[in-house]
Amino acid sequence: MYPRSFHYHRAKSLQEAAAMLAQLGDQAKLLAGGQSLIPLMKLRFANPAHLVDLNFIAGTSYIHSEAGVGEGGYSETGVSEGGVLRFGALTRHAEIENSALAATVPILHDCAAGIADVQIRNRGTIGGSLAEADPSGDWACVLSTLSTEVRCLGASSPERVIPLSEFILDAYTSALQPDELVSEVMVKIPVKGSGGAYLAFKRSAPVYPTASAAVQLTMEGDRCTDVAIALGCVGLTAIKAKDAEAALRGQTLNDKALAAAGEAASAAAEPQDDMRGSADYKRALVGALVKRAIAIAARRAHGEQVEVSHIYA
Amino acid sequence: MPETAMPETIEKISVTLKVNGKEYQRLVEPRMLLVEFLREELDLTGTHVGCDTTYCGACTVLMNGASVKSCTTFAVQADGAELLTVEGLAHNGELHPIQKAFGDAYGLQCGYCTPGLLISTYQLLEHNTSPNEKDIRKAIAGNTCRCTGYQNIFKAIQLAADNRKGA
Repeated sequence: MYPRSFHYHRAKSLQEAAAMLAQLGDQAKLLAGGQSLIPLMKLRFANPAHLVDLNFIAGTSYIHSEAGVGEGGYSETGVSEGGVLRFGALTRHAEIENSALAATVPILHDCAAGIADVQIRNRGTIGGSLAEADPSGDWACVLSTLSTEVRCLGASSPERVIPLSEFILDAYTSALQPDELVSEVMVKIPVKGSGGAYLAFKRSAPVYPTASAAVQLTMEGDRCTDVAIALGCVGLTAIKAKDAEAALRGQTLNDKALAAAGEAASAAAEPQDDMRGSADYKRALVGALVKRAIAIAARRAHGEQVEVSHIYA
Repeated sequence: MPETAMPETIEKISVTLKVNGKEYQRLVEPRMLLVEFLREELDLTGTHVGCDTTYCGACTVLMNGASVKSCTTFAVQADGAELLTVEGLAHNGELHPIQKAFGDAYGLQCGYCTPGLLISTYQLLEHNTSPNEKDIRKAIAGNTCRCTGYQNIFKAIQLAADNRKGA
């Protein structure tokens, strides 16, 4: 299958790529990992007249850590208070999967190692995943449980840093301006005593999950002092399950609290019937995933090493 | 919905790359997929088109040491790259030890998915000399076998790993 013909442009820098977007207008698309865009182009659901290839730009794929205390930099949203992990926009999922640095925040490893299959993880990028804003994308769900900011570079506007909660606006819709691109993703390292887990339920490796749950929580003894819960693939964007969070915050993590959080998560989901399952099925599924993810996150918060892999039908 | 008019003249792009140690240079349309480039421009038809939708992995090749689905990569993206395809595994008429192991363990039935599985196995063993069961399953999760011969494929990969350690 061949996509429609297009003009190919190879950007030498992110600045040049942004300038190309400004010059070529809305018929242009950026090519990062291409693992969503190329299939869409082959099916002719996407027919850009111009592709701007980012893959030949040096220095866009990296994972850095930064001790944030007193260093300023991202102070508007408070990211500078703790350490920060910085991901270049074209950092491949596989690089994050194999990074010891990223594994210091276990939920990041859960996410990177579970996306599709080896071949797709070797190509797909964290920046591309966020910019595409696919409702079933894994990164947006996971990163919304952490303090995450997206650095955006424009041709005509000053660089800006947007909290992830304000970056993804709707299904396939981000806050990027037409001449803007993602240059970096910044994730605040959770405080000591915090643990997280991401679980997705999939029919097979290469496909998007039927539903997924991300949980990041902080424990003091067996009491949960803070928690963030996000649900994936059950709405137009990842859904923050606020009632489920409230059901846990300040509570001892017993069966009753877990059941309440699971029920609240199911109620917060807005799934649709599709080939992956009925809405009712996905609602039940996501509640169960949340309960399992809470239990794993709590064990990790206590310092236990728990290996997680996605669940297959 | 009708597609908008075709863009005027599409500039062809020069691609220089190494495949199985041999250098090639071709002028290609940007929309040419890497798998079509290998099969139609270079006559390397060992790499197969299976699903053509980024699912089955029959088109898997190694690009700069990382396995990719060549149906989901444009040929222009491989400019300057080093590729390994199934044709590059055998040496001087001798099958690669991974290929031998697939034969010895009956790790193929119709053989259509085999080139992709061999490359995925090659990538796994490059990074992990003692893969356990989970590692193997994870390594071939992006390769579909429609004959459902996974048990023997699994044994073949185990055998290839064991042989490599013993060698």
